[in-house]
Amino acid sequence: MMNFLPNAIFLAVLVSGVLFFAKNVGKLKRNIALGRDLEITGSKKERWNNLLMIALGQSKMVRRPVSGILHVVVYLGFIIINIEVLEIVIDGIFGSHRIFSFLGGLYGFLIGSFEIFAVLVLLAVIVFWWRRNVRRIARFLNPEMKGWPKQDANYILYFEVVLMTLFLVMNATDSSFQAMESGNTVSQFIAPWFAGFSESTIHLVERSAWWLHIVGILVFLNYLYYSKHLHILLAFPNVYFGSVTPKGQLDNMEAVTNEVKLMLDPTANPYAVPSGDTQSAPDKFGASDVQDLNWLQLLNAYSCTECGRCTSECPANQTGKLLSPRKIMMDTRDRLQEVGANIDANNGTFQDDGKQLLGDYISKEELWACTSCNACVEACPISINPLSIIMDMRRYLVMEQSAAPVELKNMMSNIENNGAPWPYNQMDRMNWANND
Amino acid sequence: MADFQAQGKQPEVLFWVGCAGSFDDRAKKITKAFVKLLNRANLEFAVLGTEESCTGDPAKRSGNEFLFQMQAMTNIETMNSYGVKKVVTACPHCFNTIKNEYPSLGGSYDVMHHTQFLKSLLEDGRLKVESGQFKGKRITFHDPCYLGRANNVYEAPRLLLEKLEAELVEMKRSRKNGLCCGAGGAQMFKEAEKGNKEINIERTEEAIGTKANIIAAGCPFCNTMLTDGVKHKEQEAKVHVMDIAEMIAQAADL
Repeated sequence: MMNFLPNAIFLAVLVSGVLFFAKNVGKLKRNIALGRDLEITGSKKERWNNLLMIALGQSKMVRRPVSGILHVVVYLGFIIINIEVLEIVIDGIFGSHRIFSFLGGLYGFLIGSFEIFAVLVLLAVIVFWWRRNVRRIARFLNPEMKGWPKQDANYILYFEVVLMTLFLVMNATDSSFQAMESGNTVSQFIAPWFAGFSESTIHLVERSAWWLHIVGILVFLNYLYYSKHLHILLAFPNVYFGSVTPKGQLDNMEAVTNEVKLMLDPTANPYAVPSGDTQSAPDKFGASDVQDLNWLQLLNAYSCTECGRCTSECPANQTGKLLSPRKIMMDTRDRLQEVGANIDANNGTFQDDGKQLLGDYISKEELWACTSCNACVEACPISINPLSIIMDMRRYLVMEQSAAPVELKNMMSNIENNGAPWPYNQMDRMNWANND
Repeated sequence: MADFQAQGKQPEVLFWVGCAGSFDDRAKKITKAFVKLLNRANLEFAVLGTEESCTGDPAKRSGNEFLFQMQAMTNIETMNSYGVKKVVTACPHCFNTIKNEYPSLGGSYDVMHHTQFLKSLLEDGRLKVESGQFKGKRITFHDPCYLGRANNVYEAPRLLLEKLEAELVEMKRSRKNGLCCGAGGAQMFKEAEKGNKEINIERTEEAIGTKANIIAAGCPFCNTMLTDGVKHKEQEAKVHVMDIAEMIAQAADL
């Protein structure tokens, strides 16, 4: 009976870890679904290609070679070490030891490459930490990176150091694995550190490292939901659903099209009862809160890793304006989490909390500083579009609140009155052709 | 355009002049230069004249979707009534809007930026670009956001500059990484928010840093922003901001 105790404990830990994560994934899906509908159109082939090149192939990451290549190392390490995790899970459930070792030479090759990757990941993570905390690269120091976002980034790095170290120690203290003399590429150099200990102590260290490693992985998995690190999962759908139209193309609001057509159609009867299939106008034009954004914009917010490439490319931010595209994404996520927590606390329905994304998180000053140049969209390694959120919030300001800066109001009334953003007479449009 | 219709003819292309090209004194010169090139190529083109109205780009980018769609639908109705198939414009904002945002409102045309159009005239042998006075001059090209990043047109303007046998020097932030001039998103029509620098100054400094004699532009708004920047840096004696169409026309003594 006692023999099965470790298996039972393992199963309990594994199941509760996975269930708790699944519960949060459920919340994540619900929160994303709070957004407006968005039809995904455009070439599927191009979407798969983006997924392959941008997400799996990291093509936009490596545009900045230092952080890009280091990221590829950590990314590959993460992916291939999952094979090792699979073995740990099987061993844990069935009480086996290194069940894949029957693969012989292949096993040695796999574990050997995991060990090399573990070392490379450790090095990469140390460089990442140094860039953030010692070298203090500017894009990690913007105002929105104070407090939790800064800690979050460091916690992730510490997690990875601990997990990689445990993996190497686990291998180094596994005497039967060391005896195989295959696959211990790195750990054979760590094993001698433990040479002075008794066999039972070494075994205890091995078991502890093994347990801490898998428990650490489960804790890390559950940390994702509370962290910017969700990108390791969400980057893939986010890239797939990312825009495949030219970056300059903004959506044409359908509700507006219907109304404008009605206005321009001399035969339209404004009092006619709309027929059933006509889309009724939304209760709000543009966005003042997260529920007014579409689900892709909300997925964007959860996918953001706060790397700040967008902000460092933003012309407004570079010239000292308040606008930071990264902050737009972080604010959207923070507000969405707040709305989600509100729904949880109120038995599934949102109770007005007197707050909204506009004003309480994102200020008008930020929104009006944008030049719509698409530098942020181009910079994002995983196809996040901060510009679309800025535009939807400007739409709310203008169409719901008439709250455009006065110069822009003048520009708009010029267009209305004389068809040009300046107060010139429409009849003078051909003057360029007359005088020399 | 109405004249062509009266004669029962269809021009090869509609030249969409745009508000800047029609009213702004600096941009009018670009319009004239481009027209001279079209005439040199013996091209039958038309303009809408007083029937042209703002595409709605600045309204849309400031959030006024109603005004944008009113403008768009009016323009589309005008163009469709003349049976317009092909549109060329010297303004990347008009280019982007008509090309990308008009189709779903009922206006589908073959839309080209004037640098793309000039390149095609060149390739068809209808227009020759002479090196002339720009031979050996140091020129840097400023990518307009709405031509470059927004629509991935990077090579057409550069190819034309190469034909002028100018020495093309790139700014550090160019092509996909090009820095905005500060005018887009309706910023042209308002003061910038509080900051520590104007965007056009930042960009002009970068352009001047290449030691170029000429900053080549492909957008009337970039042209204004960079011209202001050059004046601000008191470099107008040494550095000129010119549209590519103006350069080609000047090289050919037009």
